[in-house]
Amino acid sequence: MITGTKTKPMMMILSLSKDTVQVQREQDVVLLRNRIREAAVKIKMGLVNQTKLITAASELLRNMLRYGGGGNCLIEVVTRGRDNGVRLTFSDKGPGIEDIAAAMRDGFSTGKSLGLGLPGAKRLCNEFDLKSKPGEGTVVMILKWANG
Amino acid sequence: MDKIPILRMGNFLLVTIQVDLYDRLALDLEADLVQMVNKTSSKGVLIDISAVSIVDSFMGRIIGNIASMSKILDAETVVVGMQPAVAITLIELGLPLKGVHTALDVERGMNLLKSMIGDDHGDEDETDDDDTFTE
Repeated sequence: MITGTKTKPMMMILSLSKDTVQVQREQDVVLLRNRIREAAVKIKMGLVNQTKLITAASELLRNMLRYGGGGNCLIEVVTRGRDNGVRLTFSDKGPGIEDIAAAMRDGFSTGKSLGLGLPGAKRLCNEFDLKSKPGEGTVVMILKWANG
Repeated sequence: MDKIPILRMGNFLLVTIQVDLYDRLALDLEADLVQMVNKTSSKGVLIDISAVSIVDSFMGRIIGNIASMSKILDAETVVVGMQPAVAITLIELGLPLKGVHTALDVERGMNLLKSMIGDDHGDEDETDDDDTFTE
């Protein structure tokens, strides 16, 4: 009999609603921000968390436009047990990121920016996941719980 | 094409950002504002961001740029009305906006600007003194 290994069962994250927005131009950013805000308001996310989520999204979106040549953003309202949250998945078919560890460092940029986008977005959200293959594109997932 | 209006008020330039900023708009504002400082030889720039709900690293950088460019052109910049949620987010993002003067509202911002360039008005005080002397 195995004892002591029993931990709290991993709760599944369920998706309640899905919404995909295409981002090709800079002006689409404003539209996307509003859609994210709608999703956040739906689950009664506080103003500070809303602002953090949308700011993080804004950073990732800029990366997607500048380096990935545009792409898609999937907006999901998710739930895990009693928690509700908003999950955003940004996917592009751009050149990808060669050195992910470097890209996640503060102050690293292949462009002329401050290099705060990726590490900043990670700090502002509860969960962050980046997958990228050179030549195939980049997928970034962020999740913010309503009271996280 | 959207454009953010720049108002002139005596020695100062006044900018109230009422729309959601995107990168192009912010860059245009930076260029317009620095041009205006030069053209009108303004001494101060007041930027009201009370209606701005999102300031990300790019816009933060633009605000910093405006402040340092104006500084070189001998004008002070004060940013007023930042929402608390925006301040929290900026710090967590890692952008402390060093070197940018801030005030809570337009009135305090105006007072701060006046006090920063106040030294230039020393001459007027002297003439006032002369008046009282001759009377």
